[in-house]
Amino acid sequence: MIDLISQDALVDMLHSVTGEVLSTMLNLHAHPEACFTEHQPGKATGVVSFVGLAGGQCAGTGSLHCESRVACQLASRFLMSEFDSIDDDVLDAFGELTNMIVGNFKNEIERHLGPMALSIPTVVYGRNFSTRSPGHEDWMVVPFVWDNNRLNVRVCLKARKATPVQVRYGDKQEFVLGH
Amino acid sequence: MIPYDLLIVDDSTAIRKILQRVLHSAEIPLRNVYEAGDGLEAIAILKANKVSLILSDINMPNMDGLQLLTQIRANDAWKSLPVIMITTEGSQVKVIEAAQLGANGYVRKPFTPEQIKNTLATLA
Repeated sequence: MIDLISQDALVDMLHSVTGEVLSTMLNLHAHPEACFTEHQPGKATGVVSFVGLAGGQCAGTGSLHCESRVACQLASRFLMSEFDSIDDDVLDAFGELTNMIVGNFKNEIERHLGPMALSIPTVVYGRNFSTRSPGHEDWMVVPFVWDNNRLNVRVCLKARKATPVQVRYGDKQEFVLGH
Repeated sequence: MIPYDLLIVDDSTAIRKILQRVLHSAEIPLRNVYEAGDGLEAIAILKANKVSLILSDINMPNMDGLQLLTQIRANDAWKSLPVIMITTEGSQVKVIEAAQLGANGYVRKPFTPEQIKNTLATLA
């Protein structure tokens, strides 16, 4: 994935931040299963969310994925209100959970990689759909399970080859992406 | 305690609902509660209503929380309003930046009701 941080370290970070978000905001104690690598996931069903990550040394995406009934359960716990089917509140809650988990993951990797930016979450739901992130090859997946439920936390990070070069034109200062 | 006229600024409706619930369960008195999805909406609410406390996220579309904070501190009518940032941004750089721009408190998501209550207690 990236050379600057070991996969074990990344997995530990995901364990820590996901556990903290689920226990603090949802009073949910899920345990992580073994991490695995997924090369461009196939057809999906349920709810998937994406948040972009970008910094000087790397860029990538964080993602959550679960079945629709699990997303409803998560939203029910989060908002302390019952949800039997996917609606705007469930999707918003799922997006915010993604924001918190990936956002806190960003805080952890920033200690190694420097400042990074986080995009606003995108949430997709439905049946038998595919997602694709051009340029992203291998996703690191950490499943979290509780009762008969599963939430997959997925991250893909790639080192950036280009570094910004500062150029000055008279009074103007511009940044040009070098190679 | 004088009830607050509260403005919650966050692009997540879930967080806005949760914060209201947390404040209610912490028995923080509220008179009016206004909600905004970004800094621009917050500015419009501030222009039209009397607000005495602002809870704001940082990462939002259109106008982020630090830009909003800058605008609030630059306006004579709002510059003394207490503003607490509630955000996933946990880097020391962001915390310092928020403090330098005039934030009265900083709570990282995920948060417990006690953390919100304790931060509000520092405003007294």
